[in-house]
Amino acid sequence: MGIEDDKQLILDTLKSKKGKTKFYLKDFNSMFPDRKPRDVKKLVNSMVSEGLLEYWSSGSTTLIGLKGSGVQHEAEAKEE
Amino acid sequence: MAKHKTPMLDELEKGKWPSFVSDIKQEAENRGKTSVDLQTPKEACDDLLGLLELTYKDKVVHWKHGGIVGVFGYGGGVIGRYCDQPDQFPAIRDFHTMRVNQPSSKFYSTEFLRQLCDLWERRGSGLTNMHGSTGDIILLGTTTPQLEEVFWEMTHNLHQDLGGSGSNLRTPSDCIGMARCEYACYDTMALCYNLTMEYQDELHRPAFPYKFKFKFDGCPNGCVASIARADMSFIGTWRDDIRIDQEAVKAYVGGEFKPNAGAHSGRDWGAFDIQKEVIGLCPTQCMEWDGKKLKIDNKECTRCMHCINVMPRALRIGQDTGASILFGAKAPILEGAQMSTLTVPFMKIEEPYDEIKDLIEKVWDYWSEEGKNRERLGEMIQRVGFQKFLEVCELEPDPRMIQEPRSNPYIFWKEGDVPGGWDRDINEFRKKHQR
Repeated sequence: MGIEDDKQLILDTLKSKKGKTKFYLKDFNSMFPDRKPRDVKKLVNSMVSEGLLEYWSSGSTTLIGLKGSGVQHEAEAKEE
Repeated sequence: MAKHKTPMLDELEKGKWPSFVSDIKQEAENRGKTSVDLQTPKEACDDLLGLLELTYKDKVVHWKHGGIVGVFGYGGGVIGRYCDQPDQFPAIRDFHTMRVNQPSSKFYSTEFLRQLCDLWERRGSGLTNMHGSTGDIILLGTTTPQLEEVFWEMTHNLHQDLGGSGSNLRTPSDCIGMARCEYACYDTMALCYNLTMEYQDELHRPAFPYKFKFKFDGCPNGCVASIARADMSFIGTWRDDIRIDQEAVKAYVGGEFKPNAGAHSGRDWGAFDIQKEVIGLCPTQCMEWDGKKLKIDNKECTRCMHCINVMPRALRIGQDTGASILFGAKAPILEGAQMSTLTVPFMKIEEPYDEIKDLIEKVWDYWSEEGKNRERLGEMIQRVGFQKFLEVCELEPDPRMIQEPRSNPYIFWKEGDVPGGWDRDINEFRKKHQR
């Protein structure tokens, strides 16, 4: 499976999760059970750089989601 | 005149200690009359005071939790903060925190500090926290559009990087080490800098189930408290004997030198009593003073540093130095506070630090695979057992890892460790052991 297939698998899996827009890094590991977490981390972080995914941080914990899904920058500045 | 009335905050200025309220008011006043071309709202500090007053009145926090903010390519260093009363306090609608990677041992030039403050006055609130608990310089409060601007100026003009936050490696932190301290058993600054550069990817992009911290203490005095605060604590130590200058010991006893280098000279404690203040306080009772000569039974010494701290001109750390490495400390967010557990009793700390990096990566690989979401390394060690953790580190159990038999997580025998395994001739056994 090529790197583009890996990315598509991540995008498809995240899109299929209804009602959930933010994921822990470990959720991505479970999509690639035969890979080392370090390789999955690199793939996920490269997808953030490409603008396919984005980080959400509470300060202590980081979650990752599809770019543009869930509560966004503008909405966060307003009353929810 | 203040924009908001703050009667409750004003109470916090009345004590005898410096007040953060006075500091914010001072900065609010400065921003009101500055000629600087401010890129963030002029009334940010006024509105911050107003929001704090409202928080005290309502007894609830008015900040929202986290957010999707950062600088391009980084997954840490920026902590999103949004106010939940933006109409009432528009100048702090967004008020993000930036963490800046402090230099090793926090050495700055005044020129650098002036540049940093000028940058933050113009592009932030002007409020800083020197330093946060992790060790970073904390820049408090800026708007979303200014994040990239601050980052560009900081990296290009000040040559300073952002620190770690979120599920990243956090900004490594070290004591002042060999720069100014004779107790340093290894070069804390060199190791801190080397690992910071080696693990840039882990520092800037989420890599783990939760936060991970390195801290480097040059000696067991533990000036950065790594044993209490770091997932991986390095504490300087030595393998040989404490060096004794017997003439200097006599000078302390005779009152020629002040104990603790004069640190407790604020009142008259009476004449120095070596028996009471040093020998009697040794936790392992490994010292002896016969009035002429000081003896130390070094094999019993646990490196508590007390005698060396009291008589630094007479006693010095050994010459075969390195560090003990411990794992698993954390603050009491979940399941209470935990101290690090001794895992490597002694390791030489020498460039290029390959042995250390090999250990770090074994631990990270296992934790990334086995750790639960938001589970610190120390919690995982408790869950899987110290024995399993030693296997991961490829280390043999050692009596120095436990305080006393059966008080710490102890080691179970495995079949492979026992001659003949679990299968044995019961009749042979019964010849020596009756029912």
